[in-house]
Amino acid sequence: MDVLYFAWVRERIGQPKDKIETEATTVRELVEELRTREERYAAAFADLDALRVAVNQELTDFDAPLEGAREVAFFPPMTGG
Amino acid sequence: MDIRVQEDAFDLGDEANAFAARQKGMGAVVTFTGIVRDLGDGDLQAMQIEHYPGMTEKAISKIAEEALSRWSLGDILVLHRHGILQAEDLIMMVATSSRHRVDAFRAAEFLMDYLKSRAPFWKKEVTPERAGWVEAKDEDEDALSRW
Repeated sequence: MDVLYFAWVRERIGQPKDKIETEATTVRELVEELRTREERYAAAFADLDALRVAVNQELTDFDAPLEGAREVAFFPPMTGG
Repeated sequence: MDIRVQEDAFDLGDEANAFAARQKGMGAVVTFTGIVRDLGDGDLQAMQIEHYPGMTEKAISKIAEEALSRWSLGDILVLHRHGILQAEDLIMMVATSSRHRVDAFRAAEFLMDYLKSRAPFWKKEVTPERAGWVEAKDEDEDALSRW
């Protein structure tokens, strides 16, 4: 699946996107997996309260299942308008 | 429903006039415009607006659909820019129409409250000293609870 990062999450990880093969069944499990990759991932995912997640371009929460997920995106709270 | 996410600048007068001209039997048009604010000391060099292509349009459409279901509206326009903007540039606008003004006012406020914290845009302010992401405000999140 494609994992996308926006705003400071993208900057902290140092790239906008990863292609990932995962056995994770929920967003939270995917985050745990990403955290173990490298220090920059651990830093970006240090505080989940500061992050929001979308699965297949729909805003959801960290307990959301990943079944059928083609695209998961992590980003800070939005500041539109 | 007219949803546009674009890098290009827009002309507020042209957009408002065109929107108003399209309305049939509507007695009210409300428009709101967001403008890049300077930080008070003329320090803002740029406002960078990042978004999530694909999701942005979907999220805005969903918010607009919700407004259409809640109020009696003729039409909705949402136009939001991304990319690099300067102080005093127009960032975005919404326009709503209705037979009587209350629906158009309420819907415009609803759209703005939701666009603030449910449409995937992120703002970064660049000054000579630093570049920093604008933090979401609790009051913006709280504003959603009144709907």
